[in-house]
Amino acid sequence: MRPNRTLEIGTGLFVLLGFAALLFLTTQLPASGVKFGAAKAGYHVTAEFDNIGDLKVGAPVTVAGVRVGEVAGIRFDSKDYKAVVSLRIDPQYQQIPEDSFASIQTQGLLGGKYVGISPGGLDSYLKDGSRIDQTQSAIVLESLINKFFAGYTSKGSGDSHSQGADNQSKVESKK
Amino acid sequence: MIPGGNGFMLEGVRRLGAVTIFLIQLLLQCVPALGRPRLLVHQIYNAGARSLIIIMLSGLFVGMVLGLQAFNLLQRFGSEEALGTAAALGLLKELSPVITALLFAGRAGTALTSEIGLMRATDQLTAMEIMAVDPLRHVAAPRFLGGVVAMPLLTVIFSVVGLYGAQLIGVQLMGVDKGVFWSQMQGSVGLRDVNEGVVKSLVFGIACSLIAVHEGYHAEPTAEGVGLATTRTVVASSVITLLLDYVLTAAFL
Repeated sequence: MRPNRTLEIGTGLFVLLGFAALLFLTTQLPASGVKFGAAKAGYHVTAEFDNIGDLKVGAPVTVAGVRVGEVAGIRFDSKDYKAVVSLRIDPQYQQIPEDSFASIQTQGLLGGKYVGISPGGLDSYLKDGSRIDQTQSAIVLESLINKFFAGYTSKGSGDSHSQGADNQSKVESKK
Repeated sequence: MIPGGNGFMLEGVRRLGAVTIFLIQLLLQCVPALGRPRLLVHQIYNAGARSLIIIMLSGLFVGMVLGLQAFNLLQRFGSEEALGTAAALGLLKELSPVITALLFAGRAGTALTSEIGLMRATDQLTAMEIMAVDPLRHVAAPRFLGGVVAMPLLTVIFSVVGLYGAQLIGVQLMGVDKGVFWSQMQGSVGLRDVNEGVVKSLVFGIACSLIAVHEGYHAEPTAEGVGLATTRTVVASSVITLLLDYVLTAAFL
């Protein structure tokens, strides 16, 4: 049988496409995904949080609800026991005051976390490598509930008072 | 093949036995068939490369519909961010393997059956036997293997195109954040989910190719017989695919 050129090219393309798709599914979809592609434009600022909840890389960064960038990286600072979040801000948003306030917020009731920036009043602006000093951690629903019940039980009987107070102080130290 | 006086049940059992014996004969011929890679490549081209357009087009639209429906549903609970997860899991685990198998049965399975059936009807298979060429090895086995190789590849292509379709609707049209779409997806989809889809498609590939080749090989050597065999291929492949899908899903959970 004479080899047919179109047939071979067609089959080759098909198999190549198939394996490319498989490679995409196995490397890009799972959380341990390998990152391909050039870094996106924009400048990076960092912010340190006590607790980031389940903030993930790729989550949006917003100012007044408008998306201005995304979370580019998350690492743990073992000296201060804080989460250092790297934020990539799109290049067209150059005028975010340096004393802005970053907080971790939740989309919807059970939605994913995102970083909201409330602008400060300074005339100097954030630039590549600067740090946002004022931050607020994620509100963890469990600790809120914990706090509520701690207050509730301590008000109730004297018996559970010590335990309730204990819980409350724990929550407060977390904050 | 029409249920005779022996009763419907017995005929069903007989056909199941015939298919099983045929599968064993076919598998025995698969190893020697690999020694003729050119025949195999030709069949991969027929079953896979030529189904590419229909698979990609269907994948795109299935993904887009999934994006619309899942968005509409998730919006009621205020959790549109889960769209990526919903689309990825739905596509990878269920929609891609099943729809690809159904399309494969319609697009490639019918072609296989009518091709082999016509060979039978025009006595080409008999002629091969007379020349001491085993038609099972040279006609049936490469077609079977071609289908088995093509199906998983088509399925993963379907998944990727479908994800793109879902992203197109969710991100571009409905305004779900792109980073959230992908990071939520990556957070909840594991290699296990990808594997499930690939294993399913492999099983469907074996089942659909086997049915197509078997029906063609044992078609009645008339024009009507080939037509009937082609119809049976589509019906049997579709039913078996959906049945196996349930069994495999239950096994994977």
